[in-house]
Amino acid sequence: MSSTPSSAGIGSKRLVVGAHYGVGNFLLQRLTAVVLTVFTLYLALRLVFGSALGYDGWAGMFVPLPMKIVTLVALLALFYHAWIGVRDIWMDYVKPTWVRLSLQTLTVLWLLFCAVWSVQILWRV
Amino acid sequence: MTNPVAKSRPEFRNIHVSQLFQYKLPPPGLVSIMHRISGAALFLLLPFILWLFELSLTSEISYARLVEVASNALVKLVLVGLAWAYLHHLIAGVRYLMLDLHIGLDKPVARTSALAVYWISLPLTLIAALKIFGVF
Repeated sequence: MSSTPSSAGIGSKRLVVGAHYGVGNFLLQRLTAVVLTVFTLYLALRLVFGSALGYDGWAGMFVPLPMKIVTLVALLALFYHAWIGVRDIWMDYVKPTWVRLSLQTLTVLWLLFCAVWSVQILWRV
Repeated sequence: MTNPVAKSRPEFRNIHVSQLFQYKLPPPGLVSIMHRISGAALFLLLPFILWLFELSLTSEISYARLVEVASNALVKLVLVGLAWAYLHHLIAGVRYLMLDLHIGLDKPVARTSALAVYWISLPLTLIAALKIFGVF
């Protein structure tokens, strides 16, 4: 009792490890899943009930700024969703720490690359 | 004290790769591993998907290039695979969201909903395949 000093944020109750760190990711995995489901349904409905496609119809969908932003948000949700999922796969199957950390680092860098690429693709239309 | 010779105790190890095909997964288990495999496939093919997306949007010339690329039978097969992966992942994912909300947790219901994932995702994949191969 008396041997545990506790000052601001440091002390025996400070959480440095443990499953709680996963709760945020768990929730974000679900949240991004919902965003992606809604976006997929929206896009599917527009494609099925929209007028004939071809380049003008398809690219025209992504010209208005709100659609660019919504699409980018969906893609960012996709990349974050992919990060959590792929990280889980590395954690389940890759045991040597340095291999796992390297794969996780490459995954993050690759997804960041994809995110920047997506901005470029969308804002060129 | 009795002498401390180790008794032989049963050991339970994880399933070995070589046993995978003798091991019969129940439908919910199959949905689960397919959810992982489809997710991994979508992640690995992300550059291909973004490249196609880029071709489709950049210009009429790049769009024509996309049509040309997608006329290749092998590319069509990859696209069908992607369609399956996306549909399976999406529909199995909706099932998981329901389970998270404690809907359909009972074993028989979970089994039925796992089978429903296939009954929905496979016909939709078939429709996508017919569209990709230009049947309609």
